[in-house]
Amino acid sequence: MNATSHRFKQNAHDAIADEKLKKALSTMKVGFREKRAAAIAKLPEFEALRDAGRDLKNHVLENLDHYLMRFEERVVEQGGHVHWCRDAEEARQTILRICRDKGAKTVTKGKSMIAEEIALNHFLEEKGIVPVETDLGEYIIQLRHEPPSHIIAPAIHVSKEMVADAFRETHKQYPADRPLSEPRQLLDEARDVLRGQFIQADVGITGANMLIAETGSTVIVTNEGNGDLTQLLPRTHIVLASIEKIVPTLDDACTVLRLLARSATGQEMSSYTTFSTGPRRPEDRDGPEEFHVVLLDNGRSGMLGTEFQDMLRCIRCAACMNHCPVYGAVGGHAYGWVYPGPMGSVLTPALIGIENAAPLPHASTLCGRCEQVCPMRIPLPKMLRHWREKEFERNLAPPRVRQAMNAYAWLATRPRLWRWYTAAVARGLALWGGKRGRIASLPLAREWTAVRDMPAPEGETFMQRYRRQQKGAR
Amino acid sequence: MSDLAAARRPDSPHVGLFVTCLVDVYRPTVGFATLSLLEKAGCRVTVPECQTCCGQPSWNTGDREATKRVARPLIDAFVGFDYVVLPSGSCAGMIRYYPDVFQGDPVYGPKAEQLAAKTFEITSFLTDIMGWNDVRASYRDSATYHDSCSGLRQLGIKAQPRALLAKVEGLELVEMQRPEECCGFGGTFCVKYGEISDRMVTDKVTDVDTTGAGTLIAGEVGCLLNMAGKAKRLGHRVKARHVTEVLAGMADTPAIGDDR
Repeated sequence: MNATSHRFKQNAHDAIADEKLKKALSTMKVGFREKRAAAIAKLPEFEALRDAGRDLKNHVLENLDHYLMRFEERVVEQGGHVHWCRDAEEARQTILRICRDKGAKTVTKGKSMIAEEIALNHFLEEKGIVPVETDLGEYIIQLRHEPPSHIIAPAIHVSKEMVADAFRETHKQYPADRPLSEPRQLLDEARDVLRGQFIQADVGITGANMLIAETGSTVIVTNEGNGDLTQLLPRTHIVLASIEKIVPTLDDACTVLRLLARSATGQEMSSYTTFSTGPRRPEDRDGPEEFHVVLLDNGRSGMLGTEFQDMLRCIRCAACMNHCPVYGAVGGHAYGWVYPGPMGSVLTPALIGIENAAPLPHASTLCGRCEQVCPMRIPLPKMLRHWREKEFERNLAPPRVRQAMNAYAWLATRPRLWRWYTAAVARGLALWGGKRGRIASLPLAREWTAVRDMPAPEGETFMQRYRRQQKGAR
Repeated sequence: MSDLAAARRPDSPHVGLFVTCLVDVYRPTVGFATLSLLEKAGCRVTVPECQTCCGQPSWNTGDREATKRVARPLIDAFVGFDYVVLPSGSCAGMIRYYPDVFQGDPVYGPKAEQLAAKTFEITSFLTDIMGWNDVRASYRDSATYHDSCSGLRQLGIKAQPRALLAKVEGLELVEMQRPEECCGFGGTFCVKYGEISDRMVTDKVTDVDTTGAGTLIAGEVGCLLNMAGKAKRLGHRVKARHVTEVLAGMADTPAIGDDR
């Protein structure tokens, strides 16, 4: 997928003009937030659990090589295969090779953000293999030829009428005049279409919420059961996961699971939590004959040991975007790549380069709500600021910003001149405001006065009045 | 003993008042209200003449060097006081970040640590440090309180202003649906991303309007300028005031953005 993160401002402008999107976002915001708050209120040890989650992931990141190699050993012992992939291209080629070996014509897919990250669907289509998304949200956006706008609710921006339109356009096998106004009707139709695909598919590809080193298992959490059908019915199961998904033990996996669903959807557990450990054994009644894990780095190891290492604790719950007022105003597509919201604004520059995502670290008031709700206690605002600093160091900040900062620092370190300047500003703006006490249009602050008035100062500065009072008192 | 006499007691803490640049330029009343509250609470107050700005604009833009230049003289001017108090959570919060700004600096690193440890936002200082709540002010209106982000999340300011406002005679406090939601000011954010900021502040003043409160109170002049400016543009009649104006009984001047 071609990133448009560098055009964030234009994207945001388009998003704000979209009334349907506004409605979808306001419903989403309230829903996710209230459900999360209710789930956490019922778990007194939630804060302690957050500490445990943070410490666990910090430990993993300090010993990442060790746990990944143990994981590989365990997978191989159980008859599976592990493929180490440095970047998106290696991962795509590895998956293609496996698919071609199996003579695959169609592959079913469970929801995977890593598949989005490596733009897998587009690649497979080019190579003559039909990928079928089986998560309902992902299926909808696949039909609409667009990327997800949220990491756990990919079609959050799509209304049910828009879904009906997409279904009518694609599912030509059904009568054109069938009723599709109710969610139930849409669901039944999607289920009917997807059932056939599950049976037909030669290869099933899923993501992984976690990889467990001690058992060589991969874990997915879903609410639709599509993940299970994707990985159990085809002869070959490919798990696509990034390297930071590893945890040492089953116990550790449970710590993460207890945080994940509560932070994401406000559920105590998702409807399905599925552990996959190797291919089908002789005594198993079903399961894939081949089990492959594609381990993707794609820039993550480069974050280790830097000020962005903490970002690798992320478990993709989406709490940060659900609570972000900026995400709530513009939605996910404005961020221009795979990962939106605060976690995206930190991760995207690390994965595609800050020069391709320069506006994202600035797309925040640094209000701190994201850090407050992050189950892994990731200091997101601090890292957004770190990116701003990187831009400054690498001369990526616009020259006028640089000049403005120099002028500001120059003036702020000259108190007498500062006093004179601030007094002039206070006086000037107060006169401009006149009896109304506010200014409707100010040429030097057009971005401000385009949408709101500028309250006028009182007239004199505090320092002027204070100094006069002091003199009078003497 | 009068309040003034108490304030001049030698054993009373010596507080350096940093009025902040927005208060200095836009709302001097807040500076005098803060000064008055500190004196009522028994502090000896000095306003260092060389104060300018805390460095937030450059720090949040990513310019560490400019921030250091701005912060150094401030550290030198304020580090000698018993306490440093500001009528702003974000500027107090900025000074709490100084140790990070001067990380590894053998001279200013330790000084920044010292200063950060004694720097407070006014309502938190009065409540948590001075244990003072002898508010003798009256304000006859219903009001709603906006929790500014830095104060709330960095400094844990939520109960303190409400506890003090509860003692103001005649004031009836009503809560918004989402008092903790950012107003969209965010320093330079509001002009960098004007449209997004507009969506956020529109939601905010709509929430304020829905409470039916006659006054909007906050502890941050930046947020107040933003919210008052939007409320005025939308024709809302709410009066925007800084918490110190109400607590110090100095709310007889026109509210922020109101007719003179």
